[in-house]
Amino acid sequence: MEQRIKIAIIGGGPAGLAAALGAYESGIKAEDILIIERDSCLGGILNQCIHAGFGLHRFGEELTGPEYAERYIKKVREADIGFITDAMVLALNDNKDITYISPTTGIVHLKAEAVILAMGCRERTRGALNIPGTRPAGIYTAGTAQRFVNIEGYMPGKEVVILGSGDIGLIMARRMTLEGAKVKAVCELMPYSSGLARNIAQCLDDFQIPLMLSHTVVKIHGKERVTGVTIAEVDSSLKPIPDTYKYISCDTLMLSVGLIPENEVSKGADIEIDRVTNGAVVDNFRQTSKSGIFACGNVLHVHDLVDFVSMESELAGRSAAKYVTEGFSGENKSDTVPKGGVRYVVPQKYYGSSIDEKTEFFYRVGKNYRNVSLNVLADGTLILKKKLVRAAPGEMGNISLKGEALDKARKASNLVFTIEEGENV
Amino acid sequence: MIYDVVIIGAGVTGTLLARELTKYKLNICFIDKGPDAANAASRANSGIVHAGFDAKSGSLKAKLNVRGCKMMKRITEELCVGYRNIPSLVLCFSESDRAALNELYERGIKNGVPDLRIVERDELVKLEPNISDKAIAALYAPSAGIVSPYELCIAAGENAVQNGASYIFNYEVKSITENDGIYIVSDGNSNVSARYIVAACGIHCDDIAAMSGDLDFEIIPRKGEYMLFDKSCAGCVRNVLFPLPTKNGKGVLVAPTADGNLIIGPNANVSEKDDTETTACGLNEIYENAVKLVKTLPSLKNVITSFAGQRPTPSTGDFIIKFSAKYKKMLHIAGIESPGLASSPAVAEYAVQLLSQAGLILEPNIKFNPYRKKLIKIRELSDDEKQKYISKNPAYGKIICRCESITEGEIVDAIQRPMGATTIDGVKRRTRAGMGRCQGGFCMPRVTEILSRELKKDMSDIRKYGQDSILLYGKTK
Repeated sequence: MEQRIKIAIIGGGPAGLAAALGAYESGIKAEDILIIERDSCLGGILNQCIHAGFGLHRFGEELTGPEYAERYIKKVREADIGFITDAMVLALNDNKDITYISPTTGIVHLKAEAVILAMGCRERTRGALNIPGTRPAGIYTAGTAQRFVNIEGYMPGKEVVILGSGDIGLIMARRMTLEGAKVKAVCELMPYSSGLARNIAQCLDDFQIPLMLSHTVVKIHGKERVTGVTIAEVDSSLKPIPDTYKYISCDTLMLSVGLIPENEVSKGADIEIDRVTNGAVVDNFRQTSKSGIFACGNVLHVHDLVDFVSMESELAGRSAAKYVTEGFSGENKSDTVPKGGVRYVVPQKYYGSSIDEKTEFFYRVGKNYRNVSLNVLADGTLILKKKLVRAAPGEMGNISLKGEALDKARKASNLVFTIEEGENV
Repeated sequence: MIYDVVIIGAGVTGTLLARELTKYKLNICFIDKGPDAANAASRANSGIVHAGFDAKSGSLKAKLNVRGCKMMKRITEELCVGYRNIPSLVLCFSESDRAALNELYERGIKNGVPDLRIVERDELVKLEPNISDKAIAALYAPSAGIVSPYELCIAAGENAVQNGASYIFNYEVKSITENDGIYIVSDGNSNVSARYIVAACGIHCDDIAAMSGDLDFEIIPRKGEYMLFDKSCAGCVRNVLFPLPTKNGKGVLVAPTADGNLIIGPNANVSEKDDTETTACGLNEIYENAVKLVKTLPSLKNVITSFAGQRPTPSTGDFIIKFSAKYKKMLHIAGIESPGLASSPAVAEYAVQLLSQAGLILEPNIKFNPYRKKLIKIRELSDDEKQKYISKNPAYGKIICRCESITEGEIVDAIQRPMGATTIDGVKRRTRAGMGRCQGGFCMPRVTEILSRELKKDMSDIRKYGQDSILLYGKTK
């Protein structure tokens, strides 16, 4: 089957939904938008995140994942924006030709004028970590375990050790405890957690679950089902210290060791990928290196809070709308450059002459900081200094440029983002 | 009922033999202590169809390897199994190793390996652009290949069942006795009777042989660890690359797999039986050795899984294919270590000859169908063909495993086929669902649901693989 569409959105999770609404609210007709979702319903991973804590920034109230998703799904339905579920994109090229497959349509060749990538991310696995030992049942990524508990209603384990202190792992530590399982420890390789401070307090501390920083799992035991793990402390180069090996008996090893943007489809369109974020290189409109292909949400860079996914995706939706109605003129793009303690900045490029009145930049730092400043330099000249009481790798930061700083940024060929420590801060 | 032949062990030797025997009017049964075919050595090995220059000239191993390698193309076509004929290269890194390379070449010629030759650096670079800068020459064997070992094993079992063979899984043989010329195999609960027995049980061959009083050989389990890389790394090498062999075996190889990944390994360490643990130092060892063969090897970040398998190394130095001294109609097929996979079709053929010589009557089964029931692999079809299948059955349009693009239709097929999948790993080895870069993170709960639905079992009763590999402990509160 052949189809044409103005804006195709790959993924119907929080990013795809917000992008669709962003485009719709910019004047694109509902029937000119198509969301392609691979699961049986819209909402993405939010559907299994039944805990509260979503929406504080976006809606000023605390919602559960499904409630947060429902707000967007309702709007999409009310607007009658097109979507198809159980549909998986098999291919995308830089001509914005999409091939997708679904039980109801079969194979569809879809020609889009603009494409928004909103595929989200996947979890890193045991294999990617190369944890030695046996290969029994009972090793789950936190997200898989979450699906079993919250969607299927089954317990994947009774005595649990969690490796990695990513947010899903922390949330699952609490969830498993509430369901009657014993969470024996959360081991984190780094000397700091990659999760949000509030999750450490509410999910571990409140339940007296020990967070073991600078610890990792060095061996998995058990022939058929996990019977235990050996953990060890690691040194400053992250190598296990031999005298610190300790056996913990458990039936489950849960992994929360990082998320990887799912860019397999993007690669077909030969999109430039940022080696730090593992997402596309984008400009301030969230346009990738291929004209008319946009990216937003966790497929672009892994976010901590869905609220920021929504805001970023609404922007991508508005941009795609602008692209199909007016087009983008070919002004020069300038670069953003992460330096000294800043690991990455999104967007990586910006249109000097067409930045909005206020432009936001998102960044992550490489380690824990206290009382530092984030400095923005335009072609080497300091244009903005933002004091940070604390900055942590687990918490994405954002900084807005407006007014005078923005005027200076517009004229610059590069914007450097860097952390400054010391007395001048 | 009394079977004509009972085969103990559903590894690749056992299932290919079962299939070979269904070419005749015989009642065949293959049994295994595991829940499926391809439990042990056939599940975890390099997947290489060796050309046949390694084994000592005149040995059974040499003869059956060269013959098996020749048979592989046709048999994999009949069984719808992924196979690619790609050359192997044994690399030589210094002039002082030339003698060893030449020796290997001479042996290969003696063994009857076709088109074997030594290639010098200039040609080597053309054959394998990513070859190590230090490699000066190589032994080039264009008759080699790669095959998915567990797929071949399962496919042969399926085809045997299609042609009338029976199978019993989760049946661990505890004793073998003889009564009036009939052998009685027992697991302590139930008996299986047979006129002929074939013991093809990998690392446990000597344990089974002890039951028939044959104590003249031993099986030494040698563990080999592997790392498998993401499909995006498949372009790393075009050929199967080996270092020169040592006393310990063929050494760590770098090769594409039949399914389009990149594999490195194995090391070789004598271990306890059934020890398939990977170790930190073992994985380091294989990576460090693999790096030496190529200019660039993908970083460890690209590894999607690591695993270990055991080779059943015979104390005699050669494949042991002979009748028991006590039970005249019990055939041992033991010590089928590497190149066991490459040899397996020839081992099956040879075993049938021996059984016939021992009196087994071989009357052709005219209904024998060498072709495995058609396997639908949606990802490999053209768009038009995909469309055709989806309009017949919409489940072929529903992707369950996103990484490998495996549909619900294929998973249901795998469960419903002859000798169908009953476990998560069974589905995985038949369809590849869960074998991609997310290692089942997304699809495992869905596959569990599908197994539960198709087998009419509660989700908690679905196993990863073995009886005790529990996935779920009942419902939440």
